[in-house]
This record gives sequence, C-alpha cells and structure tokens, in this order.
Amino acid sequence: MIDWIQIFSNAAQELISPTTAAYALAALGLAIHFGYTGLLNFGQAGFMALGAYGYAISVLSFGLPVWAAILVGIGASVVFALILGIPTLRLRADYLAIVTIAAAEILRLIFTTNTFEAITGSAQGLNGYKGSFAALNPIPKGTYGFGPFQYNEYDWWLRILGWTVVVLLALLTWLIMRSPWGRVIKGIREDEDAVRALGKNVYSYKMQSLILGGVYGTLAGMIFILPRAVVPANYQTSLTFFVYAILLLGGAATILGPIVGSMIFWVLLSFFSGFISRAVEAGWLPFMTQVQAGQLRFILVGVAIMLIVIFRPQGIFGNKKELAFVK
Amino acid sequence: MSSEVTPTSKPVKTTGLHIGEAEPGCRKVDPILIADGVTRTFGGLKAVDVDHVEIPRGAITALIGPNGAGKTTFFNLLTGFDKPDTGKWEFDGRSLAHVPAYRVARMGLIRTFQLTKALGLLSVLDNMKLGAKDQSGENLFRAMFPFLWRKQEEEIESKAVELLTRFKLDAKQTDYAASLSGGQRKLLEMARALMSDPTLVMLDEPMAGVNPALTQSLLDHILDLKSQGMTVLFVEHDMHMVRHIADWVVVMAEGRIVAEGDPYTVMENPAVIDAYLGAHHDSDLGVTDTEHVEAIKELIDDEQ
Amino acid sequence: MKPTRTLAHRSPGRWLVLLGILVSALTLSGIAASPAMAEDGSTAQASEEFEYFFTGNVQFDREPLEGVKITVEGGGFEADAETDVDGKWRIGVPEKGEYKVTLDEDTLPKGVVVAKGEATVTAEFGLTKLKAVNFFLGEGERTTTNFGAQLLERVINGLNFGLLLALAAIGLSLIFGTTGLSNFAHAEMVTFGALMVLTLGVDLAWPIWLAIAAAIVLSAGLGWTLDAVIWKPLRKRGVALIPLMIVSIGLSLAIRYTYQFFYGGATRQLPGATAPKELSFGGVQLSWIDVGSMVVSVVVLLGVAFFLLRTRIGKATRAVSDNASLASASGIDVDRVIRIVWVLGAALAGLSGILWAYFRPGVSWDMGFQILLLIFAAVTLGGLGTAFGALVGSLIVGLFIEISTLWLPSDLKYVGALVVLILVLLFRPQGILGRRERIG
Repeated sequence: MIDWIQIFSNAAQELISPTTAAYALAALGLAIHFGYTGLLNFGQAGFMALGAYGYAISVLSFGLPVWAAILVGIGASVVFALILGIPTLRLRADYLAIVTIAAAEILRLIFTTNTFEAITGSAQGLNGYKGSFAALNPIPKGTYGFGPFQYNEYDWWLRILGWTVVVLLALLTWLIMRSPWGRVIKGIREDEDAVRALGKNVYSYKMQSLILGGVYGTLAGMIFILPRAVVPANYQTSLTFFVYAILLLGGAATILGPIVGSMIFWVLLSFFSGFISRAVEAGWLPFMTQVQAGQLRFILVGVAIMLIVIFRPQGIFGNKKELAFVK
Repeated sequence: MSSEVTPTSKPVKTTGLHIGEAEPGCRKVDPILIADGVTRTFGGLKAVDVDHVEIPRGAITALIGPNGAGKTTFFNLLTGFDKPDTGKWEFDGRSLAHVPAYRVARMGLIRTFQLTKALGLLSVLDNMKLGAKDQSGENLFRAMFPFLWRKQEEEIESKAVELLTRFKLDAKQTDYAASLSGGQRKLLEMARALMSDPTLVMLDEPMAGVNPALTQSLLDHILDLKSQGMTVLFVEHDMHMVRHIADWVVVMAEGRIVAEGDPYTVMENPAVIDAYLGAHHDSDLGVTDTEHVEAIKELIDDEQ
Repeated sequence: MKPTRTLAHRSPGRWLVLLGILVSALTLSGIAASPAMAEDGSTAQASEEFEYFFTGNVQFDREPLEGVKITVEGGGFEADAETDVDGKWRIGVPEKGEYKVTLDEDTLPKGVVVAKGEATVTAEFGLTKLKAVNFFLGEGERTTTNFGAQLLERVINGLNFGLLLALAAIGLSLIFGTTGLSNFAHAEMVTFGALMVLTLGVDLAWPIWLAIAAAIVLSAGLGWTLDAVIWKPLRKRGVALIPLMIVSIGLSLAIRYTYQFFYGGATRQLPGATAPKELSFGGVQLSWIDVGSMVVSVVVLLGVAFFLLRTRIGKATRAVSDNASLASASGIDVDRVIRIVWVLGAALAGLSGILWAYFRPGVSWDMGFQILLLIFAAVTLGGLGTAFGALVGSLIVGLFIEISTLWLPSDLKYVGALVVLILVLLFRPQGILGRRERIG
C-alpha cells in the first residue's frame, strides 16, 4: 500500500527547503536577466558554481571567514559577468546565449579536471566547509518544528538564513524594478535601439543587469551547497534549464513568480517522484522499473517547459493583459 | 494617402537660410549640423557618399530621395547608430565622429525610427518618462532609495502628462504602448523624443503608415516644434507634405546629395527629376512641365 | 559534453572512484541524473562506487614504481589513475566489458620501457569483478613517437571528428538560417541515428549496412515529424524566436530522458566499433572504420554542397536563408523548403550520430548532448546560418580539440575549443565566413 502521508510530508518539506530557496534566488537572478532585460543568460549554472566553489575554496584553501568567502564568491561572479558581457552584449541576443552556455561549461570542466584536484577536489568535489557557517548559528542545539517540518538547529539556521536572503533580494528587486533604473531595463527588453536613441547607455545597463542577476545566482549557489557537498556534476547545463523552467512557470517578468515557481516546481516534483516511485514499488506500474521512474520526471520537466512557453508564456504570475502582446 | 491633407494654418516658411547658390553642399547662414565626406559601403555598394551638407538651424529641413537613396542609412550615421567608413560631422560645433548613439542623443539630437519603436510592454506614461534626461534614479545604487529620486520623478511625470495631453494621448497613459494604433505610436514616439528638450529632432518617415485622420495633427506637431525653437530634419516620401511644411529640401540619390533648395524650386531641378525617373529621361521635356512634376508625385505615391 | 572520467587518488584507502557526469550516475544509482535534483533536496550524491575494477602492480626489478599513469578506455568510458608508493593502481569501470588498459610510458623512470607493443593491453572481466592487468617492463631506451607523428595522428583524428561534427552542424545551421531557430533538440536528432542503428543492427540483428541505411531514413522521418507536429504549427502561431528556442530546450530534455527511459544509461557498442587499427599511414594507425567514416563524411558533405549550389531546391533553400520574405515573394514555397531542411538536417544529424558512435566509440542516450555545445560552437565560429561556415567551423573545432590534447590534459580538451569560441566572438563576431550584417 502506498504511504500517502509520507509522500505528502516529503512534498510539503520542499516548500521551505534550502534547495527551493536556492533555486528561487537563481530564478530571480534570471528574471532580472531574461524577464526584465531580455538577456538570454544560459550560464546561470556557472554563476551558481562560482558561488559554491568561491565559498568552499575560500574557506578550505585560504581559511577565510564566512563574510570574506561570500565576498570572494561575489567578486568572482562579477568578473565572470564582465568576461561574458564585454564580447557579447553588443551582439544579437543569441550570441550571449551561446557564450554563457559555453562559459558555464568551461567553468564546470575546469572544476572537474584532475589538473586542479588539490584545490577543486576534481570530480569528487569539496566538503567540510560548513563549520564556520554553523558556528554563527544562534539557535541552541535541538530539534524543533511541527508537522512534517522537524529539523535540527543547523537545518533551521540554514532555512531561516536562506529564505531571509531570498526575501530581502526579492524586496530589493521589487524596489529597483519600480525605479527609473527598472524602467530603462524594461525599455531595453522591448527595443534597445529606441532606448539608445533616448540617450541611455544601453551597454552599461545590460552589463549592470548581467552582474546583478549573476550575483543573485552566486548567492543561490552558496545557499545550495550548505545542505550538501560541492559536486561539479551539479552544475551542468540542465541546472540552468531547470531554473528556466521555474522562471517560466512563475512568470519571467515578475518578482513573486520565481519564488512561488520554485516552490511549486519542487513540491510537485517531490510529490510526483514520490508517488511514481512508490507506485512502482507497490507494483501498480509493472512496466516500469525504479530507475525509469526516476527518469520520468525529467521528461515531465521538459514537456512542462514546452507547454508553458506555448500556452501560458506569461507564467502563473504574469500580467494577463500582457498575453495579448507577448511577441 | 495624406495628399489632400493640409495643415490647419498656413505654415510660415523660414527663408534666407543659405549663402550663395542653392546647390548641393551649399553653405548655410547658421548651420546646426555639418557633415563632410561621410561614406558608408555595404559589401562594395556605396550606400552613402555625402561630400558636404549643412542643415540650417531653426528650420524644417526635408531629406527626400527615391527608395534606396541612402536616406535612412545617412540618418543612422549621423545619429551614431551606424559607423561610416570615412568622414566627419559635427553638431552644434561639436564633432560627432565616433560618438556612440546614446551620447549623440544626450547632446540634444534626438531621432525617431521609420518603423516605430514604441516600447510595447511599457505603459504609455512609462514610455514618456523614459525620454527624460539626467534622471538620478537611473543609477542602480540611487534606484534603491526612492526618496532620492521621487521628487524628480514627479516633475517628469507632470511634464509627460502635459506632453501627452498636447498629443491627445493622455487618456491612454496607463495602457500598454502595444495597444496603440500605428499613428498613435508615431505620436507617442515624437512626444517621447520631446521629453528630453532636444535642439534637433530627426524624424524618419513620420507619416509612414499613419491613418489619414492623424496626419494633420502630426503635421501641426512638426510645425509646432519649429515655433518652439527646435530644428527639424525629416525623411519623407510625401511631396505634398514636404512642400507644405519644409523650409529647405535636401535631395539624395544613390547615396549622394544631388540637389538642395527651397521646396518649390527644388522640385524643378533636373537633377531631382533624374533621381526619381532615372538619368535617361527625355531631355526635351521642359523642367517646368507640370505634368512631369505630377509624374514624380505619382511615382512617389506608388512607392507607398 | 565529455566522456565520463574518474580519478583515482594516490593515497591508499581512498580508492573511491567517483563519477563526474550524467551517464554513470543514472546508469547505476537509479536516482536522478542530475544530483541537483536529488530527492528531498538533501545531500546530492554525484559519486558512485563502481562494481568492476581493474587493478595492477607496476614494478621494475622488484622495486615498485610510483606515479606511473594508467588509463582505462572503452565503451565510451575513460578514466586514469597513477600508481601509489607501492606501485599499485586500481580503476573502477561502470560495466562489465572489454577495455583497453594503457600504461603511459612517459611516466616511467628513464631507462625503463614496456615490452614492445604491450603498453596497451585489452582486458576483459572473467567471473570476478576484479581483473588484474600487469605490464612487462624491461630495460631499454624508449623510442619516443616523434612529435611529427603524434601531430599527424591528432590531425587525422581531428579531421575525422570535425567531419562528423560538420554533418550535424550543417543541419543545425540550415535550420537556423531558414527558420531562425537555435535548435537545442538537434543533439537528440544526433543520438537518434545511433540508437536506431543499435536497435536494428544489434537488437534485431539486421545486417549493419541495412541498419545504418534504415536509421538514416528513420532520422529523416524524425525531422519530418518534428517539423510537422511541433515547429510548423508554432510558426503558424507566430511564436517568436526566443520562446521557440526555449521550446526546443524543453523538447531536448524530454526526448533525451525518453531515450534513457527506454535504452537505459549504459553505453553499448555497434558492430565493428572496436575494430583493430590495422592500417598505417605515415606511422598513424587507423582502423577501417576510421577511414570509412571519413570517406562517408566527405562524400555526404560534397553531396550537400551539390544540393545547395546546383539543385533548384538547394538554391531556394539558400534564398530562404538569405531573406525569407523576399524568397516567398518571388514564388518560393517557404514552408516546403523548411520542411526539406528539417528532413535533410535530421538525416545528416542521424548520420553524424552513427559516425560519432563509432568515433567515441559507443552508443548512449546522451551522446548527442555531449557534443551539442561543440556543434553550436562550430556553427557560431563559421558564422550563424551559413552552411559552408558550419563546415569550416566544425573542422576548426575538431582539429583544435584533438591537437590541443598534445598539450592540454585530455579532460580539458573541450575547454580549449570553447575558449576559442568566445575569443572569436570577441574579435570577429560574425564568424569566420559570416557577413557583418547578420549580427546587427
């Protein structure tokens, strides 16, 4: 018999999991890039990897304190954004797409190679960088919570901190998108030549947007590694695609979209794979193995991306009025 | 299309703009824009090859010529949207060579586009506000603190509403620009250009695709610009409109300036007829032959 | 992107061989491929201990040799390790099968060589999950392959790889040129060809030539179907290019995991893929497959060139690439041209996939995705939307990747190609053969 309570409880936990927070933040960064500025950044996985490795290497190899490690990660992603942006932001949109996807792969391959194993841990990745972060935890030891949300002090600390960052940055994004800066950014998305003809330095604004959204991705990368290890295989192109799926699900040019999109994405995915996997176990789907059940959700994500783009391009939170004019 | 429409009041023509003969490249009493030896080739084809041209200040100048004459390319070169192979050009005494488009705009030279570039998913009001210069809230760091820019924003908004009212778009200010008609978008684009108080307004085919009902008000607005002390340079196909509102006409063909003059005399210039009908027309036809001018007009109307 | 590599550590006791990438994680663990997707968001595991191991002991005159590099290669899998202080090494592999184990003579101390012709041995597992492989070392001066011969070998490999990339890249480029779509699902069209050969030629045991021919026809059919079912309706809806591109990303993901659903995560071989390298050209050893692959590529590419330059429909294709509305106005049936481009592009991609299956060697569910970025790089390098640019770009990418392994560690060879891509965009954004106007 299927343990429905377990399936629902696992799914509910995804609502506030640090992974959900990390994806929400990465998607928020992409919302700045793609939704607001119209930049096709397919290298968000690279920005996340820089956050993860920037933090972990700073702590492990250089013994930096938490704040300095965070700054190193941010600094690395600013440099990365500049390297990506300088050659491509003057070119047509699809060039940025190709360069960002290539650059993210370059980063991943460099983090994976045996050549720099001493620093990156190559394919095995890195571990043991969480001590200084855990030491900042003001929550006394113990297990707290209610219902399905029972966690120890470290897990709560992680969740509280992760979601605080998400909320703060969402507020910041909301603020700047209502400002004249946001107006220029949205204007660039619509037609950059028109904005240029009005005396705005389009190149500089696109660069600012690329850096800002990239830094969000970097912070997301740091939140992402706090409940797990740094493993280079996590930062594949498909990571970027999942973040895009979340963004499109919620609505590309919205603030709440990426956050709620991430929650829906993870809750549904957990529910779905929990259900399928237990259904296979219970013999309800005799033609399927456990392994195949695991793959089914990737197929589902792919199909979902297609359907959303075709039938609801503005996402869940997108303005309905926009739909009539979506290009 | 708009052939039968005339401005509501008879426009006051500015005269005495040039020095010496009205010939291609002639000097002007008070030029605002001077181009020298500007050339641009596309794959071996010379799209623009302008030896010398001066645009008079405080007047309405029309840039006409058959399709493919290089008018829009010349516009793009002047405004920094394209880079010429050679040449120098200056605006108000300041060189514009190698100046990026956004800086050209900041100097007070604002252009519009042949295909309107209304920012579809921005509201009409936001479109207008984007046009304002020197907004402190356009800096990313100041943008985070609304109290730093709120006051300026209010000033910009009242100016935008005022302009929208003048262009009769105030009822639509909260709508997406994408919901406007073609003519309304042209109006919006012109109004948006005025938000920055430009000294020279360059309009690329302001009448193209505009509903005849709106043509008149567009013409009035262009004349209005002049009365407010702005200089206007526009590309247009409609000869009637050119004749009615232009003080000076520059004719381009095959990338070169082939004639200049006031709108009445320039139409009779053989070079202009050459440009429109091809170089091998029957030379027996008198240049004053009104039928010939009619033929030109028809030809032009056909083009649209 | 790249063949899975693992690393073995020098320190004893840490013989955990780890997985890098997609293939094996999915094959073995049965959990989600991308560990980012690990259930309940807790610790993601990319690592996986292998079941099968090669092991050995490298000694000379009873003295253990440390730091000797051993490489295991086979079934699209490649891994290396160095011997430890005791001269011992151990490498895990994902599946039971035949592997080539190579001892890198450059890492032996001076004056020590492997017995002639035995630096590479082919090893297979018996009844156990552990197989010992030993090399016979002796005194002597190693005749180092001279740099010229190495270079020549890399160049030939690079040409081979570049040519098969070109087959896929030209299809991608034609589709981009005529429809404006950056088709991420092109990778799955590449994989499709190889999978069909596997099904027909191995599972159904058809003669291999028939299986290959049928696979190409089926690939063409896939192209026709994709255009008819997805892309043409979307064009009719007026969906813009960027949403279309995202649809292709979703499609790519869905098809790729559908392949995995049905074919599993293992790498399987096509008949003849491990043919011996018995032909010698100026010191370079090649197999008949290598030669055949290059000949097929060249013939097909010439055919495509003839099609584009000489036939009516080919000329129409180029006209649509140049300016679709103008072509349509001059009486060309744009939809028909696009349909033909999809069919042709898919057939070329399928063939490319078959050749790629022989080049790697091995067929796996994500083999196309591994080279997708290289195909994009080739198309961009040559100039987006120009078919001949795609050919030049592919050859450059292929040669660059192979030649760079003379200096770069082989797990970084794709990095070099991607860096070059970015540099070319920096200095010549229209690509090598592209026209400047295309980028505006």
